Amino acid sequence: MQIYLPIAEVSVNAFLLLGLGGMVGVLSGMFGVGGGFLMTPLLFFIGIPPAVAVATEANQIVASSFSGVLAHFRRKTVDLRMGTVLLTGGLMGAALGVVVFNYLKSLGQVDLLVTLCYVVFLGVVGGLMFIESLNALRKSKKGTTAPPARRQRGWVHAMPFKMRFRTSGLYISVIPPMLVGLCVGVLSAIMGVGGGFIMVPAMIYLLGMPTKVVVGTSLFQIIFVTAFTTMLHATTNYTVDIVLAVLLLVGGVIGAQIGTVIGARMPAEQLRVLLAALVLVVCGKLALDLLLQPSELYSLGRSGGH
Amino acid sequence: MLWRLFAIFWLCCSPALAEEEQVVLGLSQDRVAITANFDGSEILIFGAVKRESPIPSGPPLEVIVAVAGPSSPVTVRRKEKKLGIWVNTDSVLVDLAPSFYAVATSAPLTKILSDTEDLRYRVSIERAIRSVGAAMHIRGAQDFADAVVRIREDEGLYSIREDTVAVDEQTLFRTSIEMPADLTEGEYVARIFLTRSGSVISQFETTIDVRKVGLERFLFNMSRQQPVWYGLMSLVIAIAAGWGASTAFRLLREN
Repeated sequence: MQIYLPIAEVSVNAFLLLGLGGMVGVLSGMFGVGGGFLMTPLLFFIGIPPAVAVATEANQIVASSFSGVLAHFRRKTVDLRMGTVLLTGGLMGAALGVVVFNYLKSLGQVDLLVTLCYVVFLGVVGGLMFIESLNALRKSKKGTTAPPARRQRGWVHAMPFKMRFRTSGLYISVIPPMLVGLCVGVLSAIMGVGGGFIMVPAMIYLLGMPTKVVVGTSLFQIIFVTAFTTMLHATTNYTVDIVLAVLLLVGGVIGAQIGTVIGARMPAEQLRVLLAALVLVVCGKLALDLLLQPSELYSLGRSGGH
Repeated sequence: MLWRLFAIFWLCCSPALAEEEQVVLGLSQDRVAITANFDGSEILIFGAVKRESPIPSGPPLEVIVAVAGPSSPVTVRRKEKKLGIWVNTDSVLVDLAPSFYAVATSAPLTKILSDTEDLRYRVSIERAIRSVGAAMHIRGAQDFADAVVRIREDEGLYSIREDTVAVDEQTLFRTSIEMPADLTEGEYVARIFLTRSGSVISQFETTIDVRKVGLERFLFNMSRQQPVWYGLMSLVIAIAAGWGASTAFRLLREN
């Protein structure tokens, strides 16, 4: 069934969108990530204009994160205080990101920026995660467990403006979480992702937060940052396509619930290797697009009034 | 009074201006409604040639039908390899390019329309695009205009279909123009040319109105006129869907 998207002004198959939403939803439920980093490139691929894809994906992430954070609230694994600090940075970052996005759109370099961001971040995060989880797998096969790493007391703890985060059991400066929030906010606006795949490692390795509160807290702040991004895109670029968003999120929220069930039945290390492989595949595909000569060297952009 | 004078003047002069052969046109539809499940449209264009005198001898009458969507400026960008990756470098602003352009003819276009007439009436696809502003410092500025044609032809937005207008007895003609699903809104201009031995002897113009209707219209207008409410509505729907799915699955699992 073809459906005409009023803002994107393209006609796409509704079942294809539901299917994509569902598939990415299953993955996001399995791995506890928003899935934006997979969905946005897929939307480019099926012919949605990049500006619409990025803005609409932000709206869809609001839905999937909200669905996810409810479960974490029930389990009391959300650090509201840390979430609020991250959020403050995140909102500033998102505003900055939209400004950068619009500036580069006028230069015609927005596709390049988005693709470069994807390649760099997916490559780094995927690579690190892959190595780390392979090591963990090898160790668990040998049957020896590594001694628990000591909490680092580095530069993070030497900064001023200290604050006590009870749920996370931390007493650290507010500057690092603010900066993490800021970076993820910028990325969320530019890449149309929630930023969970960067936020989660940053919270664990940089801020030293306990793993059990990380996902819930990250989801909590992602809701607000992506909601803010959605509003910014909707009011400055008019690129949020509500019909596209509804189709994606219907598939997405159902898929996410199914994914959670699958994820709970799989061993954690294998799950992480799979996720890392997936991230690397997406990264490799995008990198190839940059490196190989495209079949069409020219591209058309709308200019002036539409 | 002035208007009446003008009308009389017009009446006196018009017989002199009248062409010997004129188009009487019919369209299967003069408006295209873009609904939520819009999947392209086919418009039947048919007509007859009205004439007071017998059919002139000589080369037969040929018919060209050209349908053009609303025009807008287009920025064309070219990729080049810089530091090992392909990035957009040069860009050219094509002043006006129609969002949709379809030409149907009764015989190969170059045979029935001379180059000068093509230049005057801008019938062929290459001529329908106007790019005077192409900067001279960019090498191969013409490549950019060609790229617009090539890309839009691949997308099915531009097409030239020769021998698809059927002409009977040099009097009746008909053709159909297919419009793809990815249409832009606006007034589509349909032009019909009658030609003999390469020159245009009569032309007729009519418009087809392409509009979003119903929900599509409502959402589009809202996104432009009340962007804040539109954004909030998107968020409310997102949150409701997230909450709904989570609650529904919890209930399912508990039962």
